Amino acid sequence: MLFDGLDLTLRAGHAALVTGPNGIGKSSLLRIAAGLLAPATGSVTRDGAVALLGEAHALDPERPLARALAFWIGARTEPALAAVGLDHLADVPVRLLSTGQRRRAGLARVIGAAASIWLLDEPANGLDSAGIALLEAAIAAHRAGGGVTVVATHQPVALPGAIPVRLG
Amino acid sequence: MRLGTLIARDLRRAWQGGGMAWPVAFFLLVACLFPFAVGPDAALLTRIGGGVIWAAALLAALLPIERLVGPDVEAGVIDQLAVRGVPLVLIGFAKTIAHWLGFAPPLMLAAVVAAGLFDLSAATLLRVELGLAIGTPGLAALAVATSALVAGLRGGGAVAGLLMLPLAIPLLIFGAGSLDGGIGALKLLGAVSLLLTAGAPWIAAAAIRAGMD
Repeated sequence: MLFDGLDLTLRAGHAALVTGPNGIGKSSLLRIAAGLLAPATGSVTRDGAVALLGEAHALDPERPLARALAFWIGARTEPALAAVGLDHLADVPVRLLSTGQRRRAGLARVIGAAASIWLLDEPANGLDSAGIALLEAAIAAHRAGGGVTVVATHQPVALPGAIPVRLG
Repeated sequence: MRLGTLIARDLRRAWQGGGMAWPVAFFLLVACLFPFAVGPDAALLTRIGGGVIWAAALLAALLPIERLVGPDVEAGVIDQLAVRGVPLVLIGFAKTIAHWLGFAPPLMLAAVVAAGLFDLSAATLLRVELGLAIGTPGLAALAVATSALVAGLRGGGAVAGLLMLPLAIPLLIFGAGSLDGGIGALKLLGAVSLLLTAGAPWIAAAAIRAGMD
C-alpha cells in the first residue's frame, strides 16, 4: 500500500499540488487519477477528458516534431507548439530534441488535447526557468478557462491557491 | 482516435524500422539454406519446397516481434492512447492488421521467388499462396499477442520465439497439409487463423493491461 485515506475533490479552476519523497506514489496517484491504474480501494470520478503528461514523451523519435504531435492533437499542433515556444523546431526529428524540449513538446500535447483535466507528472523536469514560467502560465490559463490541474512535482512550481496534497 | 490512424502509424514505423525488407530477406535466406542442407536433389527439393516456404514464413513473422508492442509501452504511447479512451483491444486489432499488411503481402511476393528456387509447379505455388493468404492473419495476430506478453521482459526476444513457435504449429500443420490438395486442411487452416485473429487481440489487451499494474 502506497498511501491511503486520500479524499480530494477538484472543481472548475482548481489545482492540486502533490508532493512527497521519491517512491511514495505520486506518479501512481496520477495514474490512478488518469484511470490507467486501479486503486486498491476507493474510486475516482472524472467529469471530462484527461490529458496526461507522463515521464515518457510518447512521440515517434524519427518523425519531425510537428508531425509526431499531429498524430495526437491534429490541427491544434501549430498553436500548441507556439504556446510552448517550439514552433521553430517543428521540422526537427524528435530524437534530436533536448530533454527540456521534449518536456515542452509533452506540454504542447497537453495544451492541444483540449481536455478539461490536466494530470502533470513532474512537468518541470528538465525545464529552464523560461520553460517553468511558460508551464505556470499555461496552467494559469487552463484554470482560468475552468480547467482542473493536478501537478506532482519536486521542483517549485507556482500554483496560486492550489490544494496541497502531501504524501508520506 | 480512429483505427485507420493507428494502423497507418504502425505501418509507418514498420517501414522506418527496416521495413518489409528484413523479414522478406530473412524468408528468402531460410528458403535458400535448404537446398544447401539437403543437397541438389531436384525431386526432393520440389517435394519439400512448399513445407519449407511455410516454415520460413513462420520464422519471418517472428523477426519483427520485439518492436510490435514493447517500444510503444516503454515510450508511453499505450498510456496516452488509453487516457484518450482508446480500448486496448482496439490497439491489439490495429497492431494485428498493421503487422499483417507489413509482412504478409511482401512475403507472398517473395514466396513466388522461393517457389522458383524449389521448382514448384504453378498449381503448388497457387496452393502455397492461398494457404499463406489464409494463414498469415493468424500468424500476425499471434505475433502481436506474443509481443504484448513479452513487452518489458528482459531477453523478451528469445522468450517470444519459445512462446510463439509452438502456438503456431497448428497453422504450420494445416498450411503445409493443404499443399497435398486437401481442401479440408485449408478449411481447418482458416478456422485456426480466424480463431487466432479474433482471439489474440484480446490476449494482447489483457497482457498490456497486466503490464500497466
